[in-house]
Amino acid sequence: MEQRALKKLVESISKTVKTFKKNEVESLIRLYYSFVEKPSGKLTNARMDCNTFRGILHNIFGMTDDMLMDRVFFVFDKDSDNHISVQEWVEGLSVFLRGTFEEKTNFCFEVYYLNGDGYISREKIFDMLKNSLSQQFPEEENDEGIRELVDISMKKMDHDNDGKISFADFEKAVKKDRLLLEIFGPCLPDAKNCLHFEALVFRNNMTTSF
Amino acid sequence: MLYRGCPLLGSLSLNEKRNLHRFKLRVLSLTQSINRPMGVALTRSAQWTAAGYETGTLEITPLNESILNEITKFMESFIHKYPQEAKFVFVEPLEWETNLEPSAFESGYIVSETAVKSEEVDKDGEPLLLLSVPQIKVRSFGQLSQLLSIAKDNKLQETQACIEANRDPIVKILGSDYVELKEDSTTVTILDNITKDNELHIKRKIAILLKQLDLHLLNHSLKHISLEIHLNPARFKKDIELLKRYSGKGEQTVLESIEYTSEYEFSNGCRAPPWRQIQGEVCYVLVKPHDVETLCITCSAEGVFLNGGKTEEEGEINYERQGEIYKDLVTCLKDKSPVFSENMSKHEIRFIEEQPKDQQVFEKPKIEEVESPATDSEKSKTQKNQINFGKSHMTKRLEPSLKWRATVDYKGHKSSVKDSQEEKQGKIEKSTASVSSGRTQLLRKGGEKVEETASESSSESEEDEEPPDHRQEANADLPSEYWQIQKLVKYLKGGNQTATVIALCSMKDFNLAQETCQLAIRDVGGLEVLINLLDTDEVKCKIGSLKILKEISHNPQIRRNIVDLGGLPIMVNILDSPHKILKCLAAETIANVAKFKRAQRAVRQHGGITKLVALLDCGQNSTELTQPSLYETRDVEVARCGALALWSCSKSHSNKEAIRKAGGIPLLARLLKTSHEDMLIPVVGTLQECASEENYRAAIKAERIIENLVKNLNSENEQLQEHCAMAIYQCAEDEETRDLVRLHGGLKPLASLLNNTDNKERLAAVTGAIWKCSISKENVVKFREYKAIETLVGLLTDQPEEVLVNVVGALGECCQEYENRVIVRRCGGIQPLVNLLVGINQALLVNVTKAVGACAVEPDSMAMLEKWFVPSLVV
Repeated sequence: MEQRALKKLVESISKTVKTFKKNEVESLIRLYYSFVEKPSGKLTNARMDCNTFRGILHNIFGMTDDMLMDRVFFVFDKDSDNHISVQEWVEGLSVFLRGTFEEKTNFCFEVYYLNGDGYISREKIFDMLKNSLSQQFPEEENDEGIRELVDISMKKMDHDNDGKISFADFEKAVKKDRLLLEIFGPCLPDAKNCLHFEALVFRNNMTTSF
Repeated sequence: MLYRGCPLLGSLSLNEKRNLHRFKLRVLSLTQSINRPMGVALTRSAQWTAAGYETGTLEITPLNESILNEITKFMESFIHKYPQEAKFVFVEPLEWETNLEPSAFESGYIVSETAVKSEEVDKDGEPLLLLSVPQIKVRSFGQLSQLLSIAKDNKLQETQACIEANRDPIVKILGSDYVELKEDSTTVTILDNITKDNELHIKRKIAILLKQLDLHLLNHSLKHISLEIHLNPARFKKDIELLKRYSGKGEQTVLESIEYTSEYEFSNGCRAPPWRQIQGEVCYVLVKPHDVETLCITCSAEGVFLNGGKTEEEGEINYERQGEIYKDLVTCLKDKSPVFSENMSKHEIRFIEEQPKDQQVFEKPKIEEVESPATDSEKSKTQKNQINFGKSHMTKRLEPSLKWRATVDYKGHKSSVKDSQEEKQGKIEKSTASVSSGRTQLLRKGGEKVEETASESSSESEEDEEPPDHRQEANADLPSEYWQIQKLVKYLKGGNQTATVIALCSMKDFNLAQETCQLAIRDVGGLEVLINLLDTDEVKCKIGSLKILKEISHNPQIRRNIVDLGGLPIMVNILDSPHKILKCLAAETIANVAKFKRAQRAVRQHGGITKLVALLDCGQNSTELTQPSLYETRDVEVARCGALALWSCSKSHSNKEAIRKAGGIPLLARLLKTSHEDMLIPVVGTLQECASEENYRAAIKAERIIENLVKNLNSENEQLQEHCAMAIYQCAEDEETRDLVRLHGGLKPLASLLNNTDNKERLAAVTGAIWKCSISKENVVKFREYKAIETLVGLLTDQPEEVLVNVVGALGECCQEYENRVIVRRCGGIQPLVNLLVGINQALLVNVTKAVGACAVEPDSMAMLEKWFVPSLVV
């Protein structure tokens, strides 16, 4: 990419994303293009698709749950065009890596309710938890166990007792006990992976910019 | 036992026993009987006798017997319990054939050769009891009671005969009109009647009494019935299938063959024809043992018995029971075939192992059989087994925790032996140690052997005795939390990270301060899982697990269990975690666990002391790489938790040394400058513990710690005041330190704390500090100025010995000066001092004699002493 275009892009993204310094934004942009680079060398229209993104989540951030990776993709993909633009990439990563507690609460809630009606329903919870018990349980018992886990989590989260979890419910519960933030499955990178990623990307940035 | 006509009761309970269905009917009738005063168990049951009852020879079953017993007991005591109602004359007499001889009747009866009349008569002059052999008519409860006492050993027979002959006793007793009246009467009309009619009132009362009896009987039989539900088709099927596997030709098999008489199985699992199923019969098997003829056996809900056999020509089974009832097939066959019994005992173990999981319930009685292979030929024994059977059925569910229990108990025992050995060593050491200044100062010899000779500075020494394990009684009613926690532990074991976190969060919502929950977690095997989670890489799981461990480790038993399960080394490792929250939680948990020597030693041996001391430095040393995380906490908090853990660990000499060597003293001194009470208490607590060491006292002086201790004497917090005073007490043996206390203005707060005597621990610490400080003359002058001497004299009575030792010690120091001796005498201190001479506390006596001796220098005091002291010496 041309230096000038890159600078321009960094400027425009830095206006909205304050968590990263400009040089950091620049490295993230570079990283983005290194992922989407096509053999043809045409970059201007290249965008990140779900598979590439999932590869990143899996290989760099150690996520394993297919369903949750899809959901994280959808949350990154703000305009729902099934691709993550470079803007969405940097914005998403800012929450993902350095988000405040409130931002992360929002992020997790979005991952869990997945562009529905703004609530996490019993059924959605069941879906998300359905692989959470080991295979040693026989199938009926497994289902029963998961239903029970759903009940337990509803009891903890559903403060207004309407049978579904609203953002208010979620926020209240999570504020009380931060462990509940990723209650329905890991969708944030753990601290170690974050550090690793940042060290890798931003150190790279230092060496290249000098 | 004599058997009579149509035994109402016998049929009743036999029917009941047959199967669960009947049992339900019974419950239904119970609800009916609640609605109607007429629903006495006995009359209700009469309806059932019509249903498929065969007239054969029936023995008295245990249930029947117990029901009869209950009725007899009720009737016998009736005359004493309800004398008024006992006089009530029945509408119709109860009539039956009795076995009693007229000669059995004594006073109160007019006896002739073949007839007896009671002297008690009704208002028309008719006798209430009339016997003309063998018919007897009785018309009151009083007479029934007396009759039973006359019948002596034949009570049960008489009761049985009476009940059999009088199908509807309530109608006879209260009259059918009363019954009808009651059927549709409302409470209001009953109340009306009661006020109007005294007789109705009594009738009503009797009706209520009978209903109570009825309910009692129903409850009673319920217990019996519930013991018997176990014999169901599935059970038989499993037994028969298992036996089949071990049957065939050859010496080693248990049977030659075992076969059903019918190949057809009904959907309910029974093979008996429907009209026999009503009797509770499940299936019939033809069994050919090695040594006896083919047996045709009926398996019924009631038990297993030989029937009349299969007729050759028609293939019909003679359903009539031949012989006794066994509790299960194996018992029956063992009794019938010696070879089966012998071979079975060889196979027994395998047989039991083969029992599928859901049959676990039945394992226990089988094991019992192995242990006592003598087959019970007597029926009573069989019944006893049946009852055991039922019990084991009920307790079986607790089995996992019991198993677990056994292993931990063993471990706990082992360690207790070890600990007590250590304690012994400690004691020996102590006895050779020189006692100085009322507080045991121990000669230290270094080396592992004497290391645990705790310096007694510990207020927790009682913790060192292994507490009796208050395991929950297996039979005790388990609270609902138990089952909920058991379920959560299941998810902890079998769930992935997400499920584990949910289960942990949910477990945290229980009241973990409550012993039931603490022990429930342990008893369902939760401790192992929680500790295992600490060994994983999952930060969230570790946090959740530690939060629970932190709470439940307040329980002394749980602490020991955690140590036994090797929890301490893992927690010590977590102290190195980059996550501050984990450091905090691990340190706090260690603080709770390390309340006894074995744990304290384990912390040190795994390098925990150094790591805990490093926590005190948290935040000061910012070169450490801290990771951004959602679960972080403040540096101050980390230091506080580290101090808490060190405080717990600082009870042994070796640990104190380890803390010092790790550079703990300067760090503690620095933390002492903060103003958070939360922080100050563990810090001062640790210093106070450690000040029993010479090294520490020197360091405390050098690090200018006294200044801060004095400052915190002025705190509002009683605990903090106590620990500060305690630390001063420990350090003030040193002259320079005593001067420092005075120079920093510590004597005044000490003197004023004397006025608050409610908190005895603090009072002991404060008086101790005053005692040591008053070794310096300058300090005594100050104390006199603050009127502390008067206050001390006031404390000579009604105080615990720990306080008295210090008070007397302080007075002994003060009395070195004339002025103070005068004060003590003037305040009336001589007499209480002398009174203390009769005590047996050595430390106290040493101080008292010293004080008295100081006073005796004064001629005036001497005069008083002669008055008080001499008589007390004579005593």
